[in-house]
Amino acid sequence: MSEIKLEKIDEYRWMIPPVGGMRVPGIIYSSEELIREMGTDESPKQVANVAHLPGIVKYSLAMPDMHWGYGFPIGGVAAFDMDRGVISPGGVGYDINCGCRLMTTRLSLDDIRDCLQYLVVALFRDIPTGVGSKGVLKLSVKEEKKVLEKGAKWAVDQGYGTPDDLEATEDRGRMEGADPEQVSTKALERGREQLGTLGSGNHFLEIEVVEEIFDEAVAAAFGLEKDQIAILIHSGSRGLGYQICDDYLAKMVKHVGELGLSLPDRQLACAYLSSDQGKSYLSAMACAANYAWANRQMLMHWTRETFARVLHKSPREIGMRLLYDVCHNIAKIETFTVDERQVKLCVHRKGATRAFPPGHPSLPGRYLKVGQPVLIPGDMGTGSYVLVGTEKAMKDTFGSTCHGAGRVMSRNQATRVSSGRSIAKEMAAKGIIVMATGKGTLREEIPEAYKNLDQVVQVVHEAGISKKVARLRSLGCIKG
Amino acid sequence: MEIYGKTVEELFVNAAFAIGDLMTDLQNVEVTKVRRIVAEGTDWEDLLVNYLREVLYLFNGEGLLLGDYAIIEVDPWHVVGEARGEPFDPNRHRINTEIKAVTYHQALVRETEAGWIGRVVFDV
Repeated sequence: MSEIKLEKIDEYRWMIPPVGGMRVPGIIYSSEELIREMGTDESPKQVANVAHLPGIVKYSLAMPDMHWGYGFPIGGVAAFDMDRGVISPGGVGYDINCGCRLMTTRLSLDDIRDCLQYLVVALFRDIPTGVGSKGVLKLSVKEEKKVLEKGAKWAVDQGYGTPDDLEATEDRGRMEGADPEQVSTKALERGREQLGTLGSGNHFLEIEVVEEIFDEAVAAAFGLEKDQIAILIHSGSRGLGYQICDDYLAKMVKHVGELGLSLPDRQLACAYLSSDQGKSYLSAMACAANYAWANRQMLMHWTRETFARVLHKSPREIGMRLLYDVCHNIAKIETFTVDERQVKLCVHRKGATRAFPPGHPSLPGRYLKVGQPVLIPGDMGTGSYVLVGTEKAMKDTFGSTCHGAGRVMSRNQATRVSSGRSIAKEMAAKGIIVMATGKGTLREEIPEAYKNLDQVVQVVHEAGISKKVARLRSLGCIKG
Repeated sequence: MEIYGKTVEELFVNAAFAIGDLMTDLQNVEVTKVRRIVAEGTDWEDLLVNYLREVLYLFNGEGLLLGDYAIIEVDPWHVVGEARGEPFDPNRHRINTEIKAVTYHQALVRETEAGWIGRVVFDV
């Protein structure tokens, strides 16, 4: 553990009392076991570092999948006052609007058991994956700017999916305020050939089966039932988002110097939300968020086509429907009650998922009565969870919850400990078909490299900041 | 990553070379293209990070694998250099490690009696 003192508040929360330049306390959602496993991870110090930023409201939060990140910890949530607060590209992360979308089908496990291998191979062939992979499109800059402005709607207008898909996407797949003029030529150049690609690292497309239902009523509202086949896509804004983050980090390091702001880590570079620099980043960030939504929309469309072709069934028979699409690397301007007043805040979620309660106006009509679907991807071969947002999340965590299992080993460590093993064979022995482009990807992504997903989800469930709806088991997976 | 150089020019050249060396086997990279690299910074650390960002962009943005670097002029606020290499060809080159970004985390540049030392953390 770092030199940070953690004080236990209750069974699932620990506090870092404000010391030195900390403006607010830190609060970490976790369990005894997860805290113990954290070992020497420096992320509690990063939670404390975030608490130094101007205009931070109430506390610097971390979710149970917390681990070390650049500047902000991954699993970090922090809200800032619109007048006195800042926006920080490091609080969003390099992969802006990295997120998940889950599609349900009318298929059951029996319908695809015999052709699972063909499906995985066909998906691997049809969907561009891997380092610097190029899509089938090479956009003109003019067309790319339309993607940045319109998001998933651009993809639907081009024939990739239906308007119904937009209904089931956070912000309907389009973030307000996107201004392509705030995006550098370099970022545009990196984005031109990568739209419609999965990427590398922990990004994946997975065929899953619903294994267990925890809440029948909510599951029914989400269209989930036991033994149903579903597909989970985890991807983001590719090189475009990375370049935007990088460009603005460089600008803001300079800006912080000019402001004379003293920060505990350069990677926390930021600008006031009310400043031109802050507004410019928000506009560029929205562009990357929109690009990511268009990207996942296209990946979903090709998945629909591949399923129809391999299974010789009509799209209607397969019934692949978007359950929801959420981002887990983003900053959003949202309204919360603070000290009994309704206030607009800028909430940074870096490796954290929005978890809005029933009745929230931003929910699609079909989920208004039950709450927002929360998609939690697991590590390779583990499957995933579907949770639902709660009033408690609104009250305690700025409408946020965890985003995944969270790493306990770095990619290098994972590669070292898995030396000499065939990970694809180990997965096959568990009945999971895995295909990856990069030779090192599977070793970097071994299940031991991650925290136990069940434990992470149990913490947010027990703490009440989201509730378990269903658990899905992995059947086949393609990776970059 | 820790980098050394007898001079600050050598430190910058070695740091840039290390990026290519981590990514691929540079022995298979031929010299067909030359690119000029210009960066600015608020101090040595910021300058090194910004310079390496430009180096990395030549791969991530322009698809060039580069193995031969030179520094033409450098002071704590500016650097001008050159890089030589060729376009990435998936049939001939293999990417061993993808470097996604150069970060500020623990970035360090120091002049010591033995020469210059630098430290940079990459997001891989």
